[in-house]
Amino acid sequence: MSILWRNPGMIRALFGMFVGGALGFGLVVALRAVSGLEIFQTEQTGYPHVIVPGITAPLGFLVGMGCFSYWFRWAGGAPTIPDDHSQHGAKTWKDYFRFNTDHKVIGIQYICTTFFFFIIGGLAAMAVRAELAQPGTQIVDPGFYNGLFSTHAAFMIFLFIIPVFAGIANYVLPLMIGAPDMAFPRLNALSFWMLPMAGILFLASYFVPGGAFDAGWTGYAPLSTGAPLGQSFFNLGVQFAGASSIATALNFLVTIITMRAPGMTFWRMPLLVWANLSTSLLVVAATPFIAGVQFMVLFDRALHTNFFNEATGGDVLSYQHIFWFYSHPAVYIMMLPGFGIISEVLSTHARKPIFGYRLMALALIGIVVLSYTVWAHHMFVSGMFSWLRVPMMITTLLIAVPTGIKIFSWLATLFDSVLHLKSTAMLFSLGFIVTFVVGGISGVMLGMVPLDIHMSDTYFIVAHIHFVLFGGSVFTIFAGLYHWFPKMTGRMYDERLGRAHFWLTLVGMLGTFVPMHWIGLEGMPRRVADYSSQFAEWNLVITIFSFVLGAAQIIFVYNVVVSWKWGPKAGDNPWRAKTIEWLVTSPPPVFNFDEIPRVVGGPYEFGVPGARHAIMAGEEGHEVAEPEPATVGTTSGATT
Amino acid sequence: MTRATYMKLIGLMLILTVVQSVIMLIPDWNGTQASAEADEIDLLLDVMIVLSSFVFAIVIVMLGYCVYKYRAKPGDESDGKPIHGNTRLEIAWTLIPTVIVLFAAAYSWVILDDIEAEAASEDQMPVNVTAQQYKWTFEYPETGVVSDVFHVPVDKQLELSLTALEVLHSFWVPEWRIKRDLVPIADGNPTDVDNVVRVTPNLEGEYTLICTELCGWGHSTMQAKVVVESQEDFDAWMQEQEAEMTETSGSEVADEAVPGEQEDE
Repeated sequence: MSILWRNPGMIRALFGMFVGGALGFGLVVALRAVSGLEIFQTEQTGYPHVIVPGITAPLGFLVGMGCFSYWFRWAGGAPTIPDDHSQHGAKTWKDYFRFNTDHKVIGIQYICTTFFFFIIGGLAAMAVRAELAQPGTQIVDPGFYNGLFSTHAAFMIFLFIIPVFAGIANYVLPLMIGAPDMAFPRLNALSFWMLPMAGILFLASYFVPGGAFDAGWTGYAPLSTGAPLGQSFFNLGVQFAGASSIATALNFLVTIITMRAPGMTFWRMPLLVWANLSTSLLVVAATPFIAGVQFMVLFDRALHTNFFNEATGGDVLSYQHIFWFYSHPAVYIMMLPGFGIISEVLSTHARKPIFGYRLMALALIGIVVLSYTVWAHHMFVSGMFSWLRVPMMITTLLIAVPTGIKIFSWLATLFDSVLHLKSTAMLFSLGFIVTFVVGGISGVMLGMVPLDIHMSDTYFIVAHIHFVLFGGSVFTIFAGLYHWFPKMTGRMYDERLGRAHFWLTLVGMLGTFVPMHWIGLEGMPRRVADYSSQFAEWNLVITIFSFVLGAAQIIFVYNVVVSWKWGPKAGDNPWRAKTIEWLVTSPPPVFNFDEIPRVVGGPYEFGVPGARHAIMAGEEGHEVAEPEPATVGTTSGATT
Repeated sequence: MTRATYMKLIGLMLILTVVQSVIMLIPDWNGTQASAEADEIDLLLDVMIVLSSFVFAIVIVMLGYCVYKYRAKPGDESDGKPIHGNTRLEIAWTLIPTVIVLFAAAYSWVILDDIEAEAASEDQMPVNVTAQQYKWTFEYPETGVVSDVFHVPVDKQLELSLTALEVLHSFWVPEWRIKRDLVPIADGNPTDVDNVVRVTPNLEGEYTLICTELCGWGHSTMQAKVVVESQEDFDAWMQEQEAEMTETSGSEVADEAVPGEQEDE
C-alpha cells in the first residue's frame, strides 16, 4: 500500500480518481443530509452527487498521477526532491503513461492522445453520415443523433485540433528556438494530463441518464441550461480542456519570449514560432471566456442562478456574445499554428526562403488583433442589436486581407523553387492552399450580412467550417506530422502510402464537403436528423465520400504504426532543412543540446551561398557564445 | 520568367475566371425566388461568385504553374532562387484586397438597408409568430385569428414579431431568403432583443417554414406550411377563420364539428 502511495503512476492515479470521486460524493451527501434536503436530487439538470465527483475525481486522478507532487511538497514546506531526470525521455511505450516533464515525451503523449480522440470524433461523424444517407430515421433516433454531432464537434475541436497543435509545437518548438525544454516543464505535464480528463468526461456523458450532451458544441442557452445531465459533463470537460490550453499557452509565451537561443532575435524566429506566439496570445485572453460561460451554464443548471433565464431577468443572447468572444478567436487558435506548419513545410520542401517573411509574421499579429473584433458575425440573425452587424461585417471581411497575404506569400515562395512533389508533407501543404482558399471564400460570403441571413444555420455553414477545419487545420496537421515524423521517431515513413493517404483524403474531403454548399443554399438546415427527400441523392453521395475519407485515415494509422517500429532509419536531417531541430540527432538527445546553439541568421536561407541559421556546439564560430555551463542539469529545477 | 509568360499566366487567370463564373452562374443556387428581398440577395451572391472565381483562378493558376514548372527532378538536391520578398508586390497584395473587401462590405451594407427598408404602413401586415418545441403558431393581431398554417397575402410586407416560448428557434423560408432567430423574451423585452423582421412575399404558392436553430430532438421535423395567396384568397381564408373562431368561442362542441357539417350551416 505504501509503495502504491509513494509511486506516482497509472495505478495510483486510478486509485486517486476513486478516492476523489468518493470524497466529492460524500461531501454532497453529507451537506445535503445536514441541510435536511433530499439526498439525491435527480431533477433533470440537477444531480449534484454526480457533478461534484465529476470535478473531484479528475483532480484525484491528477494528484495520483503525480502532477502536483513537487508543488505540494514545496507548498507544505517539505524539502523538495530535485529532479534527477531519471524520468526524462521514454525508453518503452509504458513511459508514455507516466507523469513526464520532458517536452518531447509530452509532445508524443499529446499527439497520440489527440489522435485517439480524432478517431472517436471521426466514428461519431461516420454514424452521423450513416443516419443521413437516406431521409427518414434508420439507425439512431433523433435525440441520440443530436448527441452524436455534438460530441463529434466537441471531440474534434477541444480534444483534437486545438491540443494536437499544442502537441506538435511542444515537440518541435523548444528544439526550434534552441531551448533545452519548455519554461515550465511540470506545468507542461499537468496541461497534458488534463486532456484525457476532458475526454473521459465527454465520453462518460454517453452513459448518464438522458444520454450524451445534445445541444451542439455551441451549447446555446436556454437549450443547454435545460438539457439532461450529459450537458453538465460538457460544461466540466470544457473546463479541463480549457485550463490545459491556457496553461500551455502561458508556457509557450514564456518559453518563446525568454528562452530563445543567443542570436535568435524576433526577426530570426521560424514562422512556426511566430504562429504559436500569436496563437498563445489568443488562447490566454480568449479561452477564459468559454470557461466562464460554461461555468455560468453549469451554475444555471445546478445552482439555479439566472444568467440566461429570461423569465427571471437573465439575458438569453448574452450567452452567445460571451461564447463567440472565445469561439471566434478559437477558429484562429485552430488555424494559426497550421499556418506556421505550412510555412516550415513549403520553404523546406520547395527549397526557398519564405517570400516576405516579415509581412508573414505581421499578418499573424494582424489576425490576432482583428479576430477579437468579429465575434458577432456568428449572430447576424440572432436578434442581437442590429447596429452591431455592419461594423462586425467590415472587420470580418478585413480579416481576409492578412489571410490573403499569407496565401499570396506562400504562392510566391513556390515561384522559382525546386518543388519536391513526392513528399507527402508538401502534397498536404499544396492541398491545404486550395481547400483553405475555398473555405476562405465561403467565409467572406458568410461575413456579408445579406448573404448570411440566407446561409446561416444551413449546410452551407457545415461545408464552410469543414473546408476551414478539415481542408485547413487537419491538412496542416498531417503536413506537420509527415514533416516531423522522421525527427520524432528517427525513422522514415512510407512515402507511397503517404501519397495514397493524401489523395484519398483529398478526394474524400472534396466529395463530402463540396455538395454540402449546394444543398445548404437550396434549403437544407444543419443539425437535422431527417431532411426533405429533395436532398436525398446528394446526401447519399456525401455519405459515400465521407466513408472514403474515414477509410483513408486507416492508411495513415497503419503507416505511422508500422514505420515507427520497422521504418528505415531517417537520419538527422532528411529534408536538408535549416531550422535548429534538424541540426540535432533524430530522435533528439534527451536534453536536446549539450550546449545551446548560437543563431546567426534567418531560418529559411535556402539557396544563399554560405548562409546558416544556427551554429551548434563544437562547430566553428560557436565559441562566441557566453561561456555558460550546460543548462541541462538545472533547468527543470530552476524554472518551477 | 519572360514578359510573354507573365502575359500568358494573366491571360489564363482571366480565362479561368470567365469559365468558372459562367459555369457557376448557370445553376439557380438558392432556388425559387419568392420574396422582394430574394432578388437582391441572389444578385449579391452572383457578384461574389464572379469575384471569388477571380481569386480562385489566381491561386489555381499560380499553384498549377509552379507545380508544373518547378517540380524537382528525382535526385535534384539544388536549392531554389533565394528571393526574400518584393516590397512593391507585398504592398500591392495588401492594399488591393483591402479596397476590394471594403467595396464588398459597402455593397452589402447598401443591400442590407434595401432589404430591411420599411414599406408604407398601408402595405404592411403585422403577424405574431410564436415558436415552441416543436410547433409554430401564427397570430394575426388585426383580427385575432390564430393558425398553425401560415397564410399570407402576396406583395404585402409582413412585419413579423418573433417570440419563442422555451428555447431558441429560427424562422426560415428558403424561398424568401429571410431568417431570424426566435428568442424567449421576458415581458417588456428588457434585454432589447431585436425580434421584428420584415419580408415581402411576391410569388404565390406553398412553401415550407423550417426551424434552423437546434431546439431539441424534434428539431428536424419542426416545420410549418406557408401559403402565399392573392389578397382575395387571403381575405376569404381570414373570414373563414374568424367565423370559425366566433363559433369555437360560442359553443364548446364546435371542436368536434366535422368540416362537412360546417359547410351545411
